[in-house]
Amino acid sequence: MKMKKSARIKLTVLLSVLLIALAGAGCLGQNSDNQIYTSGSTTVLPLMQELSAKYMESHKDVTIIVSGGGSGVGIADFIDGTNDIAMSSRAIRDSEVEAAASKNRPPAEHTIAYDGITVIVHPSNNVSNLTMDQLQKIYSGEIKNWKDVGGPDKEIAVIARDSASGTQEFFTEAVMRGVPYRNDMITQSATGAVIYETSQNEKAIGIIGAAYQVTSVKTVAVNVNGTNVMPTEENILSGVYPISRALYIYADQKPSTAVSEFIAYILSPEGQKVVKDLGYAPV
Amino acid sequence: MKSLFFIGGIGTILILLLICVFLFSEASNFFKTYGLIDFLAGSAWKPGMHPELFGLLPLLFGTAAVTLGAIILAVPIGILSAIYIAELAGPKTAEILKPSVELLAGIPSVVLGFLGMALLVPIIQRTFDLTTGQTALTGSVILGIMALPTIISVSEDAISSVPLPLRNGSFALGANHWQTIYKVVIPAAFSGISASVILGMGRAIGETMAVMMVTGNMAIIPGSDVFLSSVRTITATIALEMGEVARGTEHYYALFAVGVILFIMTFCINLIADAVKRRHQLEV
Repeated sequence: MKMKKSARIKLTVLLSVLLIALAGAGCLGQNSDNQIYTSGSTTVLPLMQELSAKYMESHKDVTIIVSGGGSGVGIADFIDGTNDIAMSSRAIRDSEVEAAASKNRPPAEHTIAYDGITVIVHPSNNVSNLTMDQLQKIYSGEIKNWKDVGGPDKEIAVIARDSASGTQEFFTEAVMRGVPYRNDMITQSATGAVIYETSQNEKAIGIIGAAYQVTSVKTVAVNVNGTNVMPTEENILSGVYPISRALYIYADQKPSTAVSEFIAYILSPEGQKVVKDLGYAPV
Repeated sequence: MKSLFFIGGIGTILILLLICVFLFSEASNFFKTYGLIDFLAGSAWKPGMHPELFGLLPLLFGTAAVTLGAIILAVPIGILSAIYIAELAGPKTAEILKPSVELLAGIPSVVLGFLGMALLVPIIQRTFDLTTGQTALTGSVILGIMALPTIISVSEDAISSVPLPLRNGSFALGANHWQTIYKVVIPAAFSGISASVILGMGRAIGETMAVMMVTGNMAIIPGSDVFLSSVRTITATIALEMGEVARGTEHYYALFAVGVILFIMTFCINLIADAVKRRHQLEV
């Protein structure tokens, strides 16, 4: 038995209305006063997403829109006035400060977290420190055997994170500095998987966020001019540990109430707990 | 009342349609900036590099290697098991075996992946003395296990549905049980068995989590020892990179393009399996 034509039309109408309603619901509630738009560094992105999600839970009237693009894009957006907060994994350049000031948007810098990378190996590995140069050569494939860096005569199994990972991106900037990676890195989808494979593979070397405290693997110190520096919170904060950097946000020096309250939340103990939970060092 | 069922009925089609439209339109954005040939025939997948390269071949290779390995491992075991359940096992044994197969299908892939990571990876590394145990072979074993239930249950259905007169005819001509199985029953059920293999393949191609956990995810085309090197499948690439890729970038659209390829592959496999099955129905 076929459906009556009228019924079918009714249904079509009903479905259309439903769809339009759904689409409309998404557009509602966007009040520009309580809307914070933030863009920039993809390293800060996951942190900002988590911070804004937590913040919006307790501040139902505030909408925070977070998008990536990279540090440069975030700061450019800020200068153009198309965002309220720029996320950046590098300090703003003088030229950018001038450009922003000339558009009557003098930026205020807030350091929201520190990001460091720990180099890990299998506990049985006798290599206790590596220089930045050695790390670069291991990841570029120039050094392929542990014996070349004072270890056992074993091939090095290089473990990396996927290219979208902030940890990997930072390692690329801080250690590789334009030198391409070797093609045959073992790529893991999560820090946990890097730790797991390193803990069971005695040929492995891996990199993880510095905030992770792990006992199943051995942490390798970074040799800076003959001194072995461990990625402790103290060394990261002081900048002595070479694979670390500050993460910034930039906002107007006279921000709206919504923006200044959000920044206050990020720097509060509650916000800094989120920072720590996501694997960054708190301020 | 009937309209309720109608909504349910067309709901599925509507969802499928919306997914297709979204998938294809997002992927089409990719080809505005990246050449189709460079994508399909590119041998390097290097997002985040300068210049960014999105070559499909290493991923296609990874998926093919892992799927082929899974089929090589699962088909003999699966078909033998199906024949045993359908033809040889006593009713009591079959009663235990059938639900066991279903239970195997119910194990979540992340659990199998974790087992693979904890057990299989170190074993394979030690056995073959490799730099890592996360290889195509490891992925194949895990996927083989995951494809088994599909192969067994579809094959078993096909074998069980071979009509009794065929068997009786064979017995009447003096053939014994074994001869009847491999001269009459298996040829008669061949289409169904083939369909089971193809469906098992589809299962293996689409699997993501377990594969990502045990294959090492190297987006390279290995020169030698294909099964003992790490590979990166299509599914793993999407899962690995989707999470933090910036929306609207070329990389973002590239992942949708890869998704479309996967969609087309599984779609074709389902069509082939359907066609093979239908032939089977006509023959008998």
